[in-house]
Amino acid sequence: MKTATLSLQKRGNKLASPSAQVDFLSHTSIGDSFEEKLQNTGIFPLTATGVDIFQVNVGKMCNQVCKHCHVDAGPDRKEIMTRETMQLCLDALKGTDIPTVDLTGGAPEMNPNFRWFVEELTAMGKHVLVRCNLTIILANPKYHDLPEFFKKHQVEVVSSLPYFTARRTDAQRGEGVFERSIKALQMLNEVGYGKEGSGLTLNLVYNPTGSFLPGDQAGLETEFKRRLKTYDIEFNNLFAITNLPVSRFLEYLVDNDQYESYMEKLVNAFNPAAAMGVMCRNTLSIGWDGYLYDCDFNQMLDLKLEPNAPNHIKNFDLGKINNREIVINQHCFGCTAGAGSSCGGETA
Amino acid sequence: MAENKSYYNPEDLKKFGKVTEFQEEMGKKFFDYYGSVFKEGALTAREKALIALAVSHTVQCPYCIDAYSSDCLEKGADEEQMMEAVHVAVAIRGGASLVHGTQMMNKVKDLTM
Ligand code: SF4
Ligand code: SF4
Repeated sequence: MKTATLSLQKRGNKLASPSAQVDFLSHTSIGDSFEEKLQNTGIFPLTATGVDIFQVNVGKMCNQVCKHCHVDAGPDRKEIMTRETMQLCLDALKGTDIPTVDLTGGAPEMNPNFRWFVEELTAMGKHVLVRCNLTIILANPKYHDLPEFFKKHQVEVVSSLPYFTARRTDAQRGEGVFERSIKALQMLNEVGYGKEGSGLTLNLVYNPTGSFLPGDQAGLETEFKRRLKTYDIEFNNLFAITNLPVSRFLEYLVDNDQYESYMEKLVNAFNPAAAMGVMCRNTLSIGWDGYLYDCDFNQMLDLKLEPNAPNHIKNFDLGKINNREIVINQHCFGCTAGAGSSCGGETA
Repeated sequence: MAENKSYYNPEDLKKFGKVTEFQEEMGKKFFDYYGSVFKEGALTAREKALIALAVSHTVQCPYCIDAYSSDCLEKGADEEQMMEAVHVAVAIRGGASLVHGTQMMNKVKDLTM
């Protein structure tokens, strides 16, 4: 498998456009549409239950160009959140008791205001979680102290490691990524992350390195723990996440003639219990430019909050956000397959 | 009617569950049993998938090879484990032939000076 080094956008691929993706997904339905499936299960419209997770995507800039990236992130993406927009997020959070702020990207650490933002959030007493791609820690000397920085602010670290061998990890995330990820995990372990009794949480994200679904999360966690022991690596929990047919994973599926069979797998594995527990129901997703979405996937497809809810952080209104209907499309089948999938792993 | 250009059609794997159409009671019993066999037990679900992959190669069933290659991937098995499982099947298959060589040797020794 060859890994691309440029984003879809930079390559001028038509799937770089969110509307082209939505169009593609909507016109290639396999059996029932997601909406029909929810209707038949008696859970349409899907509504929010509140906001427990305030997920901020601080930008599309990344040091990697993973093959499955739903953000179409990479070094050539320059869209990042400004300090002013971060301030709007802080202002919005101030009057609420939303407990968790989940920072994602791109590589969130590449945003020059990242550390300031984390400091402000933790000063407010928020539980901060960062989706760290691991290799960023080694990408430049200015990032080498990230483990210490995370520790100082008691940040929960959630890191992608799609597999415990170099072959599959590198095929998805780029040449040499496995080796550097192992080194970064060791650095996190060194300051106490993932160690029992340290209070410093290090969770790993597993996602399939191809067009198959994740198996049982507990079974995978046991195997990851066993295999990573050989590198002296410890971690807390493994989150098994399903790849959604969005952006570069969609490109991969289409290019490899796997789109239909993958969608069929997702649709056949539809689980009503997982549909009840989809993460958008208790999440609010904020884009780099301050627009609001039900989740990071909807963000990348430019599916903003429903019209009765505010569409930008400057108009934040928790009451209306809590009472919104979720905007759905065919990609949502990725969240409801099997044991379900969310940024925190299985849901059912 | 389905076209019969080949004895094996990947689409037929999806129809496996429909074998109950012609004999419901036995079919259902089989699938209940099948479900129990592959549940996590004294062996993990991944170990069972690897055994199933090896056996699939022994019985040379394309449906099973298709299904258990995917299943092994889903359960987190790596390429080395999967190929080693196939070699276990190969070794037993080859060994089962070779061990009969002792019968041949007995016979030859009986018949010769
Ligand atoms: S998956 Fe994560 S690490 Fe990989 S390119 Fe996308 S944002 Fe970067
Ligand atoms: S893709 Fe987003 S909106 Fe759709 S079910 Fe998943 S979390 Fe909800």
